Amino acid sequence: MTGFRKNSTNIAKSAILFLFSLLVALPALASGGEEGHEEKKEFNAGDMIMHHVLDAHEIHFITLHENTPEEKHISIPLPVILYHEGDFFVGMSSTFHHAEHNKVDNYIMHHDKFYVANEHGELEYDENHNVLNAAPIDLSITKTVAGTLFVMILMMWLFFTVAKGYKKRDGQAPKGIQSFMEPLIVFIRDEVAKPSIGHKYQRFMPFLLTVFFFIWVSNMLGTIPFIGGFNITGNIAITLTLATFTFVITTVSGNKNYWAHIFATPGVPVWLLPLMIPIEIMGMFIKPIVLTLRLFANITAGHIIILSFMSLIFIFSNLYGVGAGYGVSLLSLAFSIFMNVLELLVAFLQAYVFTLLSALYFGAAVEEHH
Amino acid sequence: MSGADIVNPGIGLIIWMTIAFAVVWFLLAKFAWKPILGAIKKREESIADALKSAENARKEMQSLQSENENILKEARAERDGMLKEARELKTQMIEDAKAEAKVAAEKENARAKEAFENQMNAAITDLRNEVASLSISIAEKVLKSELEDKKKQQALVQELLKDVKLN
Repeated sequence: MTGFRKNSTNIAKSAILFLFSLLVALPALASGGEEGHEEKKEFNAGDMIMHHVLDAHEIHFITLHENTPEEKHISIPLPVILYHEGDFFVGMSSTFHHAEHNKVDNYIMHHDKFYVANEHGELEYDENHNVLNAAPIDLSITKTVAGTLFVMILMMWLFFTVAKGYKKRDGQAPKGIQSFMEPLIVFIRDEVAKPSIGHKYQRFMPFLLTVFFFIWVSNMLGTIPFIGGFNITGNIAITLTLATFTFVITTVSGNKNYWAHIFATPGVPVWLLPLMIPIEIMGMFIKPIVLTLRLFANITAGHIIILSFMSLIFIFSNLYGVGAGYGVSLLSLAFSIFMNVLELLVAFLQAYVFTLLSALYFGAAVEEHH
Repeated sequence: MSGADIVNPGIGLIIWMTIAFAVVWFLLAKFAWKPILGAIKKREESIADALKSAENARKEMQSLQSENENILKEARAERDGMLKEARELKTQMIEDAKAEAKVAAEKENARAKEAFENQMNAAITDLRNEVASLSISIAEKVLKSELEDKKKQQALVQELLKDVKLN
């Protein structure tokens, strides 16, 4: 009992510490957004937010001496892998930053995107300032790929440790990280998989658990400041891939009953079938699309809202002077802290919703005739 | 950097994510989820078993207790029965002994009486014999002495014959 109390005070302490670090970190996050716009000094909230939400070819922490000749970016460069017409290019993003015209090996980096240089070794633009050059296939280890790999390695370390715990304390009460993870695993099994899928839940458990913990850990990683602002689950490519896995598993494990429901919906008159079949087939694809968009939109929106509150400080200080900025910062901080706490909830909730909906789709695919 | 990029999935990211996710899914399924879920299930089953067996043991104990009580009751009843039986047996035995003793005594009495009578009869017979022989010997002696005097004898016979002639 005393051990539990001690633990809970520890948890409370670390929670307060975490909130405090958020409080300190958020302004830093916001100010980081101003880098890379030497051409205009005016603060552009949209650009700043987009820069934080989108993927990047480096993990950027902070910009020093901003808008001065000694401007310095503190960041980790990441590998760049490009494929164009049968040729692979492998390099580091930092070599592009340091190269003349950001050009290495006939590839030009422009606004964090890569293009193939034309015969003059330059970029071409149309009248709307859009780049006309061909773009290679970008297979780089971007910030999101790096974050994903980090989450994957973290998960493997975490759950191999947990599995080892079960082997070591066979048949005994869980201990340490094992006792933290067990309720979550049992929750996914008993509250998500079993009610949604039925007695065939077991073969879907590995996927559901992997997806749940991947989304949850990624969401949590996105709320940690100072580490480069990872936005893994707020990237549509990631959520699309996850939803595609769900779609493929659903389609592959669909039984006679599932397909009958699509091509000969029970209880529907035959003359309605020409209308129903396209709708049902569309439904098959709409489900994963909805999964993709929900997770992506929720996480991205969370990031955008927090960044918007931060932007307000700079917008007000630009409009009405530094004093107004300080004044607004109190309100912005309060809202941001509220949003961050909400994001912690959303991080879990979205992981749960994605897992639950996947489980429901699997359940529909393997449902026996009723 | 435009707003459209945000809803434009990058092909590289999709490829990396697919590979990484598939590998982690496989590895976790094999080396984490399978042993973890197996261990949780095993433990849950063993807890359920333990609870069930505890309940069974409790029931068994209860039945054992009532059985013990029954046995005790039975034993007490048996003891009472045995005591009663013993008491009855005792009375019976005493009575039997008494009756037997009486019979034996009577028998003994009868035998003693018979022996006495026999002996008395024998004694009487002996006495009778003795008296007879004694009287015979006396008579013999008397007769002997009587017959020694021949004249007297002849006289007597004469006398006797005198009487007989009358007829």
